[in-house]
Amino acid sequence: MQKTILTHDRDVKRSASTQIDGRISAAIVASGIGCLVIGLLTTGAVISEGLKNILNWWNPAGPLSGKTSVGVIVWLVIWAIFHFLWKDQEAEVKKTMTITLILIALGFVLTFPPVFEAFE
Amino acid sequence: MIHSAREFWTVFHGMVLGSIFLLSFSGVLVGLYGFRPDWLTPQGIRHRIRLLKIGTVAMAIASWLTVITGTYIVYPWYRAKPPEGVANLLDYPRSYLLSVPDLAIFHTFGMEWKEHVAWFSPILATVVAYLVWHYSDHIVENLKLRNAVAVVFIISFSAAAIAGLFGAFIAKAAPIL
Repeated sequence: MQKTILTHDRDVKRSASTQIDGRISAAIVASGIGCLVIGLLTTGAVISEGLKNILNWWNPAGPLSGKTSVGVIVWLVIWAIFHFLWKDQEAEVKKTMTITLILIALGFVLTFPPVFEAFE
Repeated sequence: MIHSAREFWTVFHGMVLGSIFLLSFSGVLVGLYGFRPDWLTPQGIRHRIRLLKIGTVAMAIASWLTVITGTYIVYPWYRAKPPEGVANLLDYPRSYLLSVPDLAIFHTFGMEWKEHVAWFSPILATVVAYLVWHYSDHIVENLKLRNAVAVVFIISFSAAAIAGLFGAFIAKAAPIL
């Protein structure tokens, strides 16, 4: 019945701690890096014809197959590395989220057509 | 009525998986908002954790299936090049959109953004599902962490919403038949 740490008789207190487990921070920051990599490759493939060809992993889908696959692979590898490095540490929620939101925002900007078309 | 495999996969990609994603989002967002020990009994918290686990995993799976079917099944039909001499481009949506000046923006802006930004959604949804599965006790106890998870979750939905919105417009302007 009781699969979580929370129990019937434990009164859970809400806290506003600024510290979180390093593994939580690792998962969140790595997701931001995955988004950034997809953005970088999207703009990079516009700038460099060579990169565009390298990312063409499967012809029917074109370079999109490589851009997204590399993004996913980098995200998972970075997540595993950060998880290992930060597993015994604590991190600040604010710092984790600030870095992650910047990474995601850059990812959004670099996939935004008016931005990458400026490099054509 | 579905007449072809192309129509089936387009509907499955956009409507079936999209509906699951939307439903999951609504449920999980409400679940996260009320995920507070001062609002719930200990039994209620355990029940809520179970629902959040199911909801976030459903959302992550739906999100992955959406981008995979979109990129590897539907998109190749969309971007297929017409053979030489073909006058009717309606079977080649990308070429058709680019051939009509008023519709070209659906490809140059809509599809170009959608096909990339959509992939943010499963990445972020997976992280939310992972955190809910492994750290639900941290999330319920820490208000700042719960808010952080909710922000990542909303961004995941936003990326999917951008893709879904443009997908609907493109399907209307140049359906894959």
